[in-house]
Amino acid sequence: MKFDEEFFNLGYLDTLSYKDTFVHRLDPRIKIIVTFIFILFVVSFNKYQISALLPFFLFPVFLLTAGNIPIKAIAKKVLFISPFAVFIGIFNPLFDRQILITPFGIPVSGGWLSFFSIIIKFILTVSSALLLIAVTSFPGICEALSRMKMPKIFVIQLLFLYRYIFVLLDVALRMVRARDARAFGNKGKDIKTFIRLVSVLLIKSIDRAERVYQAMLARGFNGEIKVMKKYKPRFADIIFGITSVLLFYIFRNYNIANYFGEAIKR
Amino acid sequence: MSHHIVELKDAFFKYPDGTEALKGVSFKILHGESVGIAGANGMGKTTLLLNLSGHLIPTKGEVSIGEVTLCQKTRQEIRRKVGFVFQRTDDQLFMPTVYEDVAFGPVNLGLPENKVNERVKNALEMVGCYHLKDRPPHRLSEGQKRAVAIATVIAMEPDILIMDEPASNLDPRSRRQLINLLNKFKHTKIIASHDLDLILDVCERCIIIRDGKVFADGPSDEILLNESLLEENGLELPLTRQLHNFKQSS
Repeated sequence: MKFDEEFFNLGYLDTLSYKDTFVHRLDPRIKIIVTFIFILFVVSFNKYQISALLPFFLFPVFLLTAGNIPIKAIAKKVLFISPFAVFIGIFNPLFDRQILITPFGIPVSGGWLSFFSIIIKFILTVSSALLLIAVTSFPGICEALSRMKMPKIFVIQLLFLYRYIFVLLDVALRMVRARDARAFGNKGKDIKTFIRLVSVLLIKSIDRAERVYQAMLARGFNGEIKVMKKYKPRFADIIFGITSVLLFYIFRNYNIANYFGEAIKR
Repeated sequence: MSHHIVELKDAFFKYPDGTEALKGVSFKILHGESVGIAGANGMGKTTLLLNLSGHLIPTKGEVSIGEVTLCQKTRQEIRRKVGFVFQRTDDQLFMPTVYEDVAFGPVNLGLPENKVNERVKNALEMVGCYHLKDRPPHRLSEGQKRAVAIATVIAMEPDILIMDEPASNLDPRSRRQLINLLNKFKHTKIIASHDLDLILDVCERCIIIRDGKVFADGPSDEILLNESLLEENGLELPLTRQLHNFKQSS
């Protein structure tokens, strides 16, 4: 039952976001900004850079450990979308055959360097984005976005997406189970049934949208939804923001990994 | 207090697809009364409730809440007076957290923030769910969802509470808690349900709807004990009564 697993998997990331740790308690705005700056710094490196990127792993590792997030949850998802990154870089070794470095006497071409650079950048950016979701409750993110002047209509759409994705998946799950209960073997699992299933799901969703709208009207909805403001920036938030950005800046401008290497050699 | 009287005068309702769901319903519900609405499936109970709360407007006849007659213009006003607890909690709870959901109504009423907070707290404490305030609705049990759904309506301080199948999908204990809760409210209550025991416990009056018309209207312990009347309408004697009869005959 593949669908069941995926369903519970999605809920899992959401469950994680309701833990109560230091990083979970941080102001979502700070976390979003820091993650955004982190991503900017990471992608700003040139295409042959590898060693200087390594210190940046500190950030996802910090979120992972301080947020008490099991690494498996994140690693699986990163792995799941990794084919995209692999395909982007896969042809680099073929086109760029110029030997750039020869560590331990092994010649390494520019193509391989840029390939690994892409993979590392991919892992860094995707894992930190996933971790941002895992350590911040979704309503928290929406609140932050709306306070950072994101147009309200998008924020509301996100809020409803979050609320009803679970309901929708639940309906879909029950439909799939009902189908499987009467589809013996592979009969009834063909594309034709699938299309009908999806169309029924669409109709059900439209019906539900109608009912939800009625429920909103019943409570005086007039086109405006107020997003609650729960967070106030505290001292810890500011310290976290400043130190992270400062560290990113140092990592960006000084090749820490290189210094370590030099120091060990000496 | 005359302004809490609910009155239907020969109300008709026809859906756009031509289905006639109400065919001349008339009754009057006084202030503070609690009325159960029973009837077989598809007899028009939900349509009736939607007409009472301004979600639908009768195609013929009249619905009035207090001095206000329901029409396109007065819809908003009617909705403010009438709190509607929908049958499906997932439709009723649409905000990301319990707290925000309960606050939704009061915020839309234009109350200041401290008033909103006060109302949310009171409503959630009344249904015993204040500790759930930061939880997302999809992480609640059905019983908790039901209690929160009622809180969202209570927070608006309506004059009249309308509920569509409030006990559906509840386990016996949650159902009992719900009944106790409903008995605490001093509001005018209109409850549509197949759970006749619930109606017997909560409502002093019962209306039976059949084919879009009022078939019977009277005190609950009279109507709900009339076996032939109930059976004619696809209903059965409430379980407590069956047990009572069984004990007497054996």
